[in-house]
Amino acid sequence: MAITTQNPTPPTAAKHAGANVTRPGDKIFSGLSRGSGILLLVVMASIAIFLTIRAINAISKDHGNFLTTFEWNANANPPVFGIAVLAYGTIVSSIIAMAIAVPIAVGIALFISHYAPRRLASPLSYIVDLLAAVPSIIYGLWGALFLVPHLTGLNMWLDEYLGWTVVFEKEDPQGAARSIFTVGILLAIMILPIITNVSREVFRQVPRMHEEAALALGATRWETIRMSVLPFARSGIISASMLGLGRALGETMAVATVLSAAPILSVHVLDPVGGTFSQNIVAKFGEANEFGRDALIASGLVLFVITLLVNGAARAIIAKRKEYSGANA
Amino acid sequence: MAKRIDVSGLSAYYGGFRAIDDISMNIEPRTVTAFIGPSGCGKSTFLRTLNRMHEVTPGGRVEGKVLLDDENLYGPGVDPVSVRRTVGMVFQRPNPFPTMSVYDNVAAGLKLNGVKKKSDLDTIVEKSLRGANLWNEVKDRLNKPGSGLSGGQQQRLCIARAIAVEPQVLLMDEPCSALDPISTLAIEDLIGELKERFTIVIVTHNMQQAARVSDRTAFFNLSAVGQPGKLIEIDDTERIFSNPSVQATEDYISGRFG
Amino acid sequence: MSHAVADKRSAPAVPQRALAQRRLPKWAPAGMAAGAIALAVGIGIGAGLDSKLQWGLIAVLLFVLGTYTIATAVEGRRQAKDRVATSVVWASFILAALPLYSLIQTTVSKGVKILDGAFLSHSMNGVLTIGEGGGVYHAIIGTLEQVGIATAIAAPIGMLTAVYLVEYGKGRLALAVTFFVDVMTGIPSIVAGLFILSTWNLLLGFGPSGFAGAMALAILMMPVVVRSTEEMLKLVPNELREASLALGVPKWRTIVKVVIPTAIGGITTGVMLAVARIAGESAPIALLVFGNNLINNDPFNGPQASLPFYIFQQYQNGNDASYDRAWAAALVLIAFVMILNLMARGIARWKAPKTGR
Ligand SMILES: Nc1ncnc2c1ncn2[C@@H]1O[C@H](COP(=O)(O)OP(=O)(O)OP(=O)(O)O)[C@@H](O)[C@H]1O
Ligand SMILES: [Mg+2]
Repeated sequence: MAITTQNPTPPTAAKHAGANVTRPGDKIFSGLSRGSGILLLVVMASIAIFLTIRAINAISKDHGNFLTTFEWNANANPPVFGIAVLAYGTIVSSIIAMAIAVPIAVGIALFISHYAPRRLASPLSYIVDLLAAVPSIIYGLWGALFLVPHLTGLNMWLDEYLGWTVVFEKEDPQGAARSIFTVGILLAIMILPIITNVSREVFRQVPRMHEEAALALGATRWETIRMSVLPFARSGIISASMLGLGRALGETMAVATVLSAAPILSVHVLDPVGGTFSQNIVAKFGEANEFGRDALIASGLVLFVITLLVNGAARAIIAKRKEYSGANA
Repeated sequence: MAKRIDVSGLSAYYGGFRAIDDISMNIEPRTVTAFIGPSGCGKSTFLRTLNRMHEVTPGGRVEGKVLLDDENLYGPGVDPVSVRRTVGMVFQRPNPFPTMSVYDNVAAGLKLNGVKKKSDLDTIVEKSLRGANLWNEVKDRLNKPGSGLSGGQQQRLCIARAIAVEPQVLLMDEPCSALDPISTLAIEDLIGELKERFTIVIVTHNMQQAARVSDRTAFFNLSAVGQPGKLIEIDDTERIFSNPSVQATEDYISGRFG
Repeated sequence: MSHAVADKRSAPAVPQRALAQRRLPKWAPAGMAAGAIALAVGIGIGAGLDSKLQWGLIAVLLFVLGTYTIATAVEGRRQAKDRVATSVVWASFILAALPLYSLIQTTVSKGVKILDGAFLSHSMNGVLTIGEGGGVYHAIIGTLEQVGIATAIAAPIGMLTAVYLVEYGKGRLALAVTFFVDVMTGIPSIVAGLFILSTWNLLLGFGPSGFAGAMALAILMMPVVVRSTEEMLKLVPNELREASLALGVPKWRTIVKVVIPTAIGGITTGVMLAVARIAGESAPIALLVFGNNLINNDPFNGPQASLPFYIFQQYQNGNDASYDRAWAAALVLIAFVMILNLMARGIARWKAPKTGR
């Protein structure tokens, strides 16, 4: 769509035109729409405030160190709980997901925009669009019932040949692959469509004249992509990845179905231990008493802050890219 | 250095649509040949068949022969990448690589072709920028983005980039149409200098420009919209502008067209 | 000639390149792919590797390496790199297509097993978790009601906010709203659930209900609606607004009668895509709605079932009969989401401004 090329400020003239006359209808309608905007702000603010109040209540009564404790015994008396394992698991699984998904997604996006036969390209991007809409619980179900058993062989292989790296050492090589590593793979598959989608859009926006400039110099197709397409698209790819990362960090059900959680912080990514923020919330919610819920809310707040930072970074990059591409449009 | 071009029986298609039909002409080395004709008659299309850029547009297809000193560009085993390396091109809108500095823009083609040594690159970049009459204007800002130059400077940067790899032929598709009169003059002067070293083909809508810069002029026309464009005549520029052999050419030049 | 010599003295020569180059035949990539696969199968059987995944990885590796060496030998380094890039791009496409294909294929093939009229029209009332039978009727009801309420909350607020941003917004408030809409887009669904939990349930003391879940879903939906509506409103040409205002039509009527109708196709599409997205959310449901084996038609009272959460619960039961139900429900959910998507895109195409390319 030509959305991005459209000048985003057409209605300014209209704004002024209507500014000096005020009718009751105008007042009501503008009040309504303004009120909606304010309501949105209120919701956002209260999310932050209420989560923080609850979280402070929980953390102040924590008999462990909230940041460094491994286990999550918020119902116990005295309560001892911490986010060390959860933060570690969330971040490691997301890093694995990104490491797998970003290069492949860029590859697919290039495939659709530059390599696929033209007749294939538009149905393909349509399919990727649809895949991005598949609910995460279905990825979770598939991950637990199909992917996990199929990864046993790969796990054994990794343990045998790459076990010396410690990272890929697995205590029980034959055991089910319900590990942070599998979660990472599943998250990678889940965020592939969204990263692919955004990257493909960015590749499509690379002006043809830049590519022709490279071609006319006698560049091969790959050299053209390296010289013209990737530099132009770089910030777009980064922000696409950040969007994917935001999804991976916050994903709940797909992790809850696949991971065999245990409050152990292990560098062995193949061992079925560990946890993530959202997985822990869903897993511990049923048994949590009122204080336990506050504790879970505290962990949720940490997740919230992390995703805010990631999304904020993505937005900043997009904003910069807008300035940049506007400068030489 | 410069090579001659012999085109025979050349037609180009966009999918099922034939844009130009059965064109034949000879272009001598170290001359400037101007292509003129009404919009849509296939000048750009024809120009782009001369360095095999036509086939990068989806559905683009070419029939016929283009000989570059007796070697057919469309012959079996010919690598289009080599063709484009040998026949350089400058586009209507200046298109420096936006993420590269002035220096890197000129060096881009050199690096592709295996010039790696910094000192060699420096020498050739300077020589090419001088060749494009741009050196004095940019020598203090070689590391600034190429997209920060004025339009006319950008276009000369693109010329520098094209001549840096020492092509045999230089194709220019309306290189001045996006420029002001002063930049246009600068580029016309430049063309006069470059023709000492390169075979130059230039598409232009500006009759005076064709008359000023070119040795030979080719007039293209199409009988109706949706019909393929054809070469009407090619002759010495003086003759085309004073005494063309075809009535249509005279009509077009004198503005009595359509 | 004298020029060429002069050039050589003043500057190092750029390597020229012959027009004709040695090329690999057209069938080379296909041939090398076939060779790599054959070799990988050989290695796989020989080394006793039982995972097909490993065979595939070996084949891909052999293919890329083989392409590079052969192409370097015949065509040179630059062409070899180009070919490797091509094969890597193809390989990444195939690599990604396999799991995604498997996901769809597994869901469909396992889902159709027990998916029938009875499954769609029965709840889990009186069905043992390890027993067969039962259905998703109650979950479909729950999902429809929760999503319906969420849409009823989020769509008007989202659309009005977009109207504010495009037609009225200026100054700090508009900037703040824009910024926080962006922020809101990135909220994890579980956090939205926790928010409603902390206010509606813990602070105000309400119990679990479909409505509580719907509020969390509305929070997830609002920013999506704002964004897509905003994009569509911006596409409405300013001349239309000016023409109407010039006729003396009040601004609010201009917006309601001229601007919104012009953009309604795109707005509908955006809302439907947002609906499709929240219909698959299960995390907030787990915290706020709890799920239910029985039919509960009242979204304001008591735990309710929901399609995505039903899948999760059946999975957790951990037996074959439950797995069958989970797959069948997954198929129903995918079908629902896909139909919404296809309809939304259909509307987008049908209502697309004819002025486009
Ligand atoms: N990418 C394309 N796809 C399909 N048809 C094309 C494409 N580019 C050009 N054409 C058609 O080919 C014919 C010749 O176009 P071309 O651009 O070569 O004309 P031109 O003589 O360069 O015109 P101008 O003076 O306006 O640049 C026209 O009918 C045009 O519509
Ligand atoms: Mg043209």
